[in-house]
Amino acid sequence: MSAAPDPSSADRKSRLLWIGLVVVLVAAMVLPFLVKNYRVFQFNLVLVYAIAILGLNILTGFNGQISLGHGAFYAIGAYAAAVLMDRFGMPYWATLPFSGLLCFVLGFLMGFPALRLAGHYLAVATLALALAIPQLLKYKHLENYTGGVQGIVLVKPDPPFTFRFLDQPLNADRWLYFFTLAVTVVMFLLAWNLLRGRVGRALIAIRDHPIAAAVMGINLPAFKSLTFGVSAAFTGVAGALGAVVIAFVSPDSFLLPLSIFLLVGVVVGGLASIPGAFFGAIFIQFVPNIADEMSKSAPQAIYGVLLIILMYLLPTGVMGMVRKLWARWQPGAARLRVNARPGTSVPVSPDLTKESTT
Amino acid sequence: MDAFLHQIFSGLANGCIYGSIALALVMIYQATHHLNFAQGEMATFSTFIAWALIQKGLPYWVAFSVTFGISFAAGLVIQRVILRPVEKAPVLTNVNVFIGLLLIFNACSGWFFDHTVKAFPSPFAQEGLLKTQFFSAHEFGSFLVMLTVLLALYAFFRFTPIGLAMRAAAQNPESARLVGIRVSWMLAVGWGLAAAIGAVAGMMVAPVVFLDPNMMSGILLYGFAAALLGGVDNPWGAVIGGLIVGVLENLLGAYVIGTELKLTVALVLIVGTLTLMPAGLFGKHVVTRV
Repeated sequence: MSAAPDPSSADRKSRLLWIGLVVVLVAAMVLPFLVKNYRVFQFNLVLVYAIAILGLNILTGFNGQISLGHGAFYAIGAYAAAVLMDRFGMPYWATLPFSGLLCFVLGFLMGFPALRLAGHYLAVATLALALAIPQLLKYKHLENYTGGVQGIVLVKPDPPFTFRFLDQPLNADRWLYFFTLAVTVVMFLLAWNLLRGRVGRALIAIRDHPIAAAVMGINLPAFKSLTFGVSAAFTGVAGALGAVVIAFVSPDSFLLPLSIFLLVGVVVGGLASIPGAFFGAIFIQFVPNIADEMSKSAPQAIYGVLLIILMYLLPTGVMGMVRKLWARWQPGAARLRVNARPGTSVPVSPDLTKESTT
Repeated sequence: MDAFLHQIFSGLANGCIYGSIALALVMIYQATHHLNFAQGEMATFSTFIAWALIQKGLPYWVAFSVTFGISFAAGLVIQRVILRPVEKAPVLTNVNVFIGLLLIFNACSGWFFDHTVKAFPSPFAQEGLLKTQFFSAHEFGSFLVMLTVLLALYAFFRFTPIGLAMRAAAQNPESARLVGIRVSWMLAVGWGLAAAIGAVAGMMVAPVVFLDPNMMSGILLYGFAAALLGGVDNPWGAVIGGLIVGVLENLLGAYVIGTELKLTVALVLIVGTLTLMPAGLFGKHVVTRV
């Protein structure tokens, strides 16, 4: 066992990774033709949640800023898209950049007070945001745009062309699935590109030791508030996609549980892990469906119990477990590599305690 | 003028409830430097227990005392079983555990007592002695109950050995341990007391806002606002903050923005306080050596 990484094994690993990615992508493209319409819709939502969870993970997992209010940005993104489509006749695909931009600006602004708040205080402030947004959306002076309590009903876009594959037509739901899939791929590539290099390392440095990070020349206020903006933008785009996919927005679909479920998704998938977002999204989409049969309250109870158990036993979530197994399965040199790569190595628990006292 | 005064007095009555939730938050914060996000849902669940006991035919004050006891015990057990292992864990772990507790209690309230909105009885007769010009009977009654709780708590901390030990444990855990105080158990007692105070606040507020599993989410937010406004490490500040927030909420609701944006007021208060005045009105300014 030598400590120096063996180039052939590194090559092999990256080849394996690429093959795996291509297989997953092909599977994701065939999937909608294998299942019924409602399932397609559900898978569509999984992709939407994956983007939202990725957004929250950039902030909480990578940068260590706790947000209990990302449902608010999801709601704002959804409403921005819905209002643009409904009142201004904008095509559905064109609304995404606007939602993203709006949420970026709002997130950036929220990032300013967040600079002075750490740990619990930021959690309280964002919790307040999550509770306040549905009320604001119902506010009577905004009713002209938001439709008040009733919300806005949208029209599901028709596919621009159609064909049959595996005896299934490309209908509206399947078309939207492919649209969402394309956006998801773009968003994940963006996030990966952002986080794998200098910026990603800076974010992790700020999370793990803000003072040391500042000493290294990282501009804390700029990084932290921009991270908040980027994170909100991701979640806003997800919200816009969610509005298009569900074809309906109302204040009551964006209550506090949404924000909490996104956090659950992050923790289940794995803090500071990009692919973990998919596991988290699958979890928050399908577990309620299964648990609903027991009782209306069962999903929440399961989430709660799981959140606590995960904190005890598996603070790095599903991806942490996958990585551990991978490292055990690999020969020793590769294990060192896995642990040494910045951005992929996850500290068992992001240390936020120091920040809260400064 | 009468209407204005009435708004102020009923604001004070609400403020007492916010103040006591804030006090519960501050008690846990002082001892552990954690804000308990599950405080509201725990109070709601306690209130449901009280409701069930009253439905069983118990007299109000018996149900009240039993609920108080159950809540105290439950808070103690939760600290011992769930929170002790993560006492020293990072903030994110703790927030997640609190959120987990919030979900569990919210789900349990809905699961055991279903989601319908329920009326909760008030122990104070509508037209009884307590009704005055500016207070309804229930407002004045809950004001008195909250005041009693506060005074009892003050007496407990000031004059009993356990109270003294708890203060020592919160102020300087290491030294407290050296003189033989079981610091971790003191935290548990603090949790029990916080849960019990929350239960009282829940039972006092339920006749006004009606009982359902999400009853407390808005009130908890006002509790946070009150605690932060008063200074999160100062119990008296929490109570005064609660009164200020209560009056402010009522006046703004009646004369300025209407009742629809109540939670936005809390949001502005919280963000504003934390940004402009992080120590609150009566809090300690924390200076850290790097």
